[in-house]
Amino acid sequence: MSFKIAKQNKMKAKYTLLSIAFSLFIATACEKLLPVSPEDSEVLDGTIKDLTTSETAQFLRGDVAFAKVFTANTGLGPLFVSNSCISCHAGDGKGHPSTSLVRFGQNDETGNKFLMLGGPQLQHRAITGFNPENIPSGASHSTFIAPSNTGLGFLEAVSDADILALADPDDKDNDGVSGVPNWIDLPSFLTPKSNAITKNGKYIGRFGRKAGAYNLFNQTVNAYNQDMGIISTYSPNDTYSQEALDPEVNNTEIADVVHYLQTLKAPIQRSVESVEVKAGKELFIKNQCAACHTPSMKTATSPIQGLNNKIFAAYTDLLMHDMGKDLDDNYTEGSAKTFEWRTTPLWGLGLAKDSQGGKVHLMHDGRAKNIEEAILLHGGEAQKSRQKYAALSSKEKQELITFLESL
Amino acid sequence: MMKKHYLLLIFILGLSQNIFAQIDTTLFRRKPISDSAKMNIDAVYSRPFLQVGRTPLGVGGYAELNTNYGITDGVGEGFSFQMRRMTLFLGGSLHQKIKFMSELEFEDGTKEINIEFAALDFQFNNLFNFRGGIIVNPIGAFNQNHDGPKWEFSDRPISATQMLPATFSNVGMGFYGKKYSKTWVFAYEAYLTNGFDETIIDNESSRTSLSAAKANRNRFEESSNGKALFTGKIAIKNRKIGELGLSYMGGIYNKFQDDGFILAPKRSLNVFSIDFNTTIKKTKTSIITEWAWVNVDLPSNYAVQYGSKQMGGFLDIIQPVYKKPIAGFPNSTFNIACRIERVDWNIGKFIETGDKIYDEVFSIMPAISWRPIPSTVVRFNYRIQKQWDLLGNPPSKTGVFHFGVSSYF
Ligand code: HEC
Ligand code: HEC
Repeated sequence: MSFKIAKQNKMKAKYTLLSIAFSLFIATACEKLLPVSPEDSEVLDGTIKDLTTSETAQFLRGDVAFAKVFTANTGLGPLFVSNSCISCHAGDGKGHPSTSLVRFGQNDETGNKFLMLGGPQLQHRAITGFNPENIPSGASHSTFIAPSNTGLGFLEAVSDADILALADPDDKDNDGVSGVPNWIDLPSFLTPKSNAITKNGKYIGRFGRKAGAYNLFNQTVNAYNQDMGIISTYSPNDTYSQEALDPEVNNTEIADVVHYLQTLKAPIQRSVESVEVKAGKELFIKNQCAACHTPSMKTATSPIQGLNNKIFAAYTDLLMHDMGKDLDDNYTEGSAKTFEWRTTPLWGLGLAKDSQGGKVHLMHDGRAKNIEEAILLHGGEAQKSRQKYAALSSKEKQELITFLESL
Repeated sequence: MMKKHYLLLIFILGLSQNIFAQIDTTLFRRKPISDSAKMNIDAVYSRPFLQVGRTPLGVGGYAELNTNYGITDGVGEGFSFQMRRMTLFLGGSLHQKIKFMSELEFEDGTKEINIEFAALDFQFNNLFNFRGGIIVNPIGAFNQNHDGPKWEFSDRPISATQMLPATFSNVGMGFYGKKYSKTWVFAYEAYLTNGFDETIIDNESSRTSLSAAKANRNRFEESSNGKALFTGKIAIKNRKIGELGLSYMGGIYNKFQDDGFILAPKRSLNVFSIDFNTTIKKTKTSIITEWAWVNVDLPSNYAVQYGSKQMGGFLDIIQPVYKKPIAGFPNSTFNIACRIERVDWNIGKFIETGDKIYDEVFSIMPAISWRPIPSTVVRFNYRIQKQWDLLGNPPSKTGVFHFGVSSYF
């Protein structure tokens, strides 16, 4: 209809004037007014380098699947913890206490005694018409806050041999730090890596706070099933009925999400050249933090070019360490002890508050409210390291923390 | 696709035949309402209609088209054209006191076709009229008065679309009326309709969303739970000061029983809205504002993403700046305008931390508009928006340019 109006009148001049005004406005406004991308080093999302176009396309599909919200209609629950991957892994970063999850029912290597009573994971939410779970009486439990999801492809691509090389079960070097892998049973839907190292039929776990998951595929399948109540052909049993049901997510979608996790870039360190950061890094090594938070690792060969024989700095050894009594929740997975935890990668630590709602919630259950609190909770094998930290001057402490925040 | 076209055909044919068949053609005469007595409630009829020949049938409608160029945190989808909607009105009088009005809406081309409104009005007297059919629940003034050409912005207010359900139509019936005095006008509407369902607390936007219930087409056939939804609005207008409206919508939204078995406790929702509009005589500045609160009973220990309380609204300020005849348009007006809006989809605190739950948006949208005639608007909007996730992490920032036309025809 507006065309008719345009025809009807002869006020071309005004139109021109108007459009010139608009174009001028747009031209000047566009650049200044449209929000620019944040620096790559300020955000966690984005891909690793050297992806092929088809790998990028799969990354994007995985990104969408990762953000997909499930509803009762699309398979959520009936019991669940949250309704999308992204709800617990906001911005691919560390999670918030409101989406923590609780595991219960296992306190030694003989396995989970509460599998028939809803273990190992508590689904404390339910779709309408269903009652959520409670922790059965007699089951000890632990709360896990979501770790960040970045750079995991690098961690997955490290060879078993390299991880074992860092382990020192008998503390031969006498530094008080041992470190052991969590030897786990492989779920039936997984095929191990060709060069996997086994011990009594068990494999090295690497993902999760207790390193209870073998690889990202394992973690993803479990997350769909246990965190959201989404059944797949790999893990077909519903957490509510315990019965095998029709899949609610297809295998391609799972493969896309796994690829997404594999190709999410590693956090990029900021202020690398700052004097304070450099001094902090030295203190990090001097104070034995690096005995567990390994500053540098390399990937083995990988079909994904960007993960093929790459050196990276995750600040973890992927091993389990005795962290002392205060961090012993009397819950475990695989063959790990209840007081053992997998060394948390420290990359991305400085961006934690941007995904945790402006504050930080550190350690496995988020109980540490700043970096210093986290350090002071270190016990067991890390006791000596903590004492060294406590003995630093306040300037040195600040340097160390500034370094950690640059990660 | 085919089905949709048939629908339209049947709609037009069916309607016109009925009316042609029954009507005394001299009846179709509308009493114009004087401007100072016009209120939001009158929006249904105060639209330009073309009379079909000498029949009592009025035909009209409006269309909205715009360009869209937006960027969120440096990433954009590029440039696109959007045909937001085309709406057809068809109305008529069967008798001096019996009117029929309908509104058929095509959104994004033919992606969505909705009968937004299709009701029969029995007009007994000013104060007492009966309306039955598919009606738009009058929660908030925007819902009552949403025609695109009436606004200076291509986007509908966020609070009216993503918090309140924009043009939430339902089958139902009720009463409406007006009372006049020299300085005051009073109006009311009260309806019982079918209503919401549990998708409002279980949907893909992962937040309590009354508009999620719009996806349920069955609501035109039956209530989701056998309970009616009440919607009422009262408005009072001082001819000098402006119009103030208060509206309420409430009822049980969940399916609490089936075949006589109790499935769950009854859960209710309550929505309050307050709206105000005026034009300052001296400066000709128009102010239109609306604020609403949503309250939804949730099952205990429900997912934190779904809030039990929401609020939000908008403020439009429109200032005519150049009102002179321009080449053949004696009423041509240029305006500058600005809309400020905010919605908080989840008011509350996290149990685990005691910190505030976010899930909020704030937006400012300056605009320039040109109305060659009152029923046609050419508008240019620039929106700058900040949106916070549930946790209150650094907001995503969006900038959008819209250039568009909206016109009655
Ligand atoms: C209820 C919140 C929640 C949901 C939903 C969720 N996660 Fe997690 N995620 C966690 C928590 C908590 C952990 C730590 C678990 C552990 O330690 O075993 C975790 C761990 C992970 C890890 C291991 C990270 C590491 O450093 O070891 C990956 C990978 C992961 N999640 C991916 C996903 C994917 C993919 C989805 C969706 C399919 C998902 N998560 C859904 C909370 C969640
Ligand atoms: C014996 C091994 C070990 C040593 C030594 C060690 N850490 Fe840790 N660190 C861990 C483990 C294991 C965790 C995870 C504990 C948990 O989740 O409860 C951790 C967690 C952390 C965290 C919290 C990370 C997060 O995202 O929650 C920080 C920060 C940290 N360590 C810094 C340090 C610093 C600084 C030092 C040196 C002063 C140090 N660590 C020494 C093993 C060690």
